[in-house]
Amino acid sequence: MLSNDISVILPELLLAVYAMAALMVGVYARKQEAISNLILWVTVVVFVIFGFWIGFAPEGTSTAFHEAFINDGFARFAKVTLLWGAAAVLAMSRDYLAKNGLLKFEFPVLVALATVGMMMMVSAGDLMSLYLGLELQSLALYVIAAFRRDSLRSSEAGLKYFVLGSLSSGLLLYGASLVYGFAGTTVFSGIYSVVGQEGLSLGLLFGMVFMLAGLTFKISAVPFHMWTPDVYEGSPTPVTALFATAPKMAAAALIARLLFDSFGEVVGQWQQVLVLLSFLSVFVGALAAIGQTNIKRLMAYSSIGHMGFAMMGLAAGTEQGVQAMLIYMAIYVTMNVGVFAFILNMERDGQAVTDISALSLYSKVAPGRAAALAALMFSLAGIPPLVGFFGKLYVLEAAVDAGLVWLAIAGVLASVIGAYYYLRIVYLMYFGATENTLNGRMPMLHGTLLAASSLAMIVGVVNLFGVETLAGMAAATLLN
Amino acid sequence: MIGIEQYLTVAAFLFVIGIFGIFLNRKNVIVIMMSIELMLLAVNINFVAFSVHLGDLVGQVFTLFILTVAAAEAAIGLAILVVFYRNRGAIDVEDVNAMKG
Repeated sequence: MLSNDISVILPELLLAVYAMAALMVGVYARKQEAISNLILWVTVVVFVIFGFWIGFAPEGTSTAFHEAFINDGFARFAKVTLLWGAAAVLAMSRDYLAKNGLLKFEFPVLVALATVGMMMMVSAGDLMSLYLGLELQSLALYVIAAFRRDSLRSSEAGLKYFVLGSLSSGLLLYGASLVYGFAGTTVFSGIYSVVGQEGLSLGLLFGMVFMLAGLTFKISAVPFHMWTPDVYEGSPTPVTALFATAPKMAAAALIARLLFDSFGEVVGQWQQVLVLLSFLSVFVGALAAIGQTNIKRLMAYSSIGHMGFAMMGLAAGTEQGVQAMLIYMAIYVTMNVGVFAFILNMERDGQAVTDISALSLYSKVAPGRAAALAALMFSLAGIPPLVGFFGKLYVLEAAVDAGLVWLAIAGVLASVIGAYYYLRIVYLMYFGATENTLNGRMPMLHGTLLAASSLAMIVGVVNLFGVETLAGMAAATLLN
Repeated sequence: MIGIEQYLTVAAFLFVIGIFGIFLNRKNVIVIMMSIELMLLAVNINFVAFSVHLGDLVGQVFTLFILTVAAAEAAIGLAILVVFYRNRGAIDVEDVNAMKG
């Protein structure tokens, strides 16, 4: 039995062992600079290899440790997305870290630990593994938010993230305790059968709502979004890039897992909560971003809006909705990798710049990069021929098919409003005023990622690179 | 006779006190850490009470995990607070305002 269990959790186990081994190597190595560089690249390679390993693992669902850990198509889809997202972000962060004297071996180790936590989250089949995965991820992320120790903003970002993150963990746990008390078990399948037989008692309802409140904090859905702009702005840019990609995928997948695997019988009960979250998020994301002048804050509001759309897919409460959510998240992660590859290299005379106005007439300085960013912005806004539009289309279709027509209409309205600030960036790059344009160079790797991400947004319209089919299969395993 | 209701009431009170401690406190970040700890301990009371009530050990196992994670969380929180203090020279809640959000 034990060997069987271990074979199911082998990827997570090996990644955790790798992270600890890398920590030891880093601590005892003589040449810190060289070893940090090495550990960073090895971690990137490990993430990519694990992505392939998990992605090409045989089909089928297996569980370990009395169903505390589930390895199914849904978990594998989410894991591949978040591993490759984290690998891309980590690879991009190297130059920024080195330039700012932050290239320490702890960074890749913490990212690896956070990734183990995220993989646990998407595979959780029990309230305990859910909590432990979530905390492993969160604790590592609190630390890297404050990674720039000599910066007031970075440490303040870390402090704010920590306080609000702990509050959300508290809410989640209180909910978990109520669910445990009223269902008599912490295993999702056990909760599912209790809810199926006896319906949703008041205690379970309270527990579910508390847990949802704690989890929506992690995906920064309104009204639990207060931390997002400050943490995105204050953290070092590579950390912001990480926040905007892998953890969002993991938390969204975790919410889907919890709702469908343990409360799948009472869709009507949580649908209203998600509808409200989604409605508020798309509008707050669209409206609050308009006045922003800092591109990192802008991306924070952008991520709030995008998570609103992902929640719209879940709110449908159907297999189609889960599929739409997975497609949306995969597209969102890809777009954000490209955008942050650009933001990481926004500089003027060697100084990092995050002002949007600095993009004025950027198309004259670097036509290629400006065009790539413009394509990504069009895609983020959801303008028709690009892939970002198809992501929104799937979500809206799922919502309409589930009878949430007014929510879909609200989503379309919000994305029209939101298009304003994405297009403003494009406008500035091509028709802005001519002062203080950026003049930094872009390393090969960032250029490649930016180009690949924007090309994917254009070429992907043909068949979405098969993501649709894969997401469909993943969603099917979650619901059965 | 003290039953499950009493335990749940105490835990709910402690939990609410913890939440209010975070939001109403205008003084000092350390008090926020204490409030967070209070919330987690309230949850522990809930788990242990349910565990005894149901005659099921899982709740107590969960409690041990929560205690462990809470210790790690407090360590990380205090470390971040020390870093913040070095940069800001204060740990008053009003001073956590370099960014407006």
